[in-house]
Amino acid sequence: MSARTTRVLRMAVVLAAALEASGASALDKGAAAPAFDLPGKDGAVQLAKYQGKLVYVDFWASWCGPCRQSFPWMNEMQAKYGARGLQVVGVNLDAKTDDARRFLAETPARFAIAFDPAGATPRAYGVKGMPSSVLIGPDGKVLYEHAGFKEADRAELEQVIKKALGGAQ
Amino acid sequence: MKALVLIAPALLALAGCATVQPWEKGKLAKPEMTFGGDKLETRYTDHITTSREAASGGAGVGGGGCGCN
Repeated sequence: MSARTTRVLRMAVVLAAALEASGASALDKGAAAPAFDLPGKDGAVQLAKYQGKLVYVDFWASWCGPCRQSFPWMNEMQAKYGARGLQVVGVNLDAKTDDARRFLAETPARFAIAFDPAGATPRAYGVKGMPSSVLIGPDGKVLYEHAGFKEADRAELEQVIKKALGGAQ
Repeated sequence: MKALVLIAPALLALAGCATVQPWEKGKLAKPEMTFGGDKLETRYTDHITTSREAASGGAGVGGGGCGCN
């Protein structure tokens, strides 16, 4: 292989690596959760407003099956632990917010709903799959991250919430 | 010049690479993006395959290659 070909190949590899690196990386536990201020179903939703509460941020979309499954569970969690300081925030990532509203009409959500069609928030949080959730402590630091939602996850996630609430009190 | 000849196709190939984020896969989640998303279309395709390519079996549609069934 000539020196020139090697150089060209090396350039191509660097270029490919640069393109790969543009993907966001997930947050570390204990890192400060990126702030967001988004339009919501009932007015603006700001993460800063929930400081002092245990915040369960869930990234969802209307086309995502497991997201639909997680809604009854999130309603249950909000109803059960809301009084103890839990706030569930569902951040919708549909490109068309109308799709989300249609989804909400058939799948009621009894927690805060925010709309982020541009996807800036999931980028900041390094969302790797749908749905993804992040548990943020009263101090605004990331406590726990979870991707996907299966029936089997219910108990485990509830345990994590319970434990975090126990520590907060 | 030689380098350009090598780099240009590489750049063109790379331009086709877009990072699709997990939350941007709404269109991919549609039923028509799956195999067999539309029952009628699947049956129709099976029929064509069976009659034109004489490839019968495995799809539950019979045929003899004459295109008449």
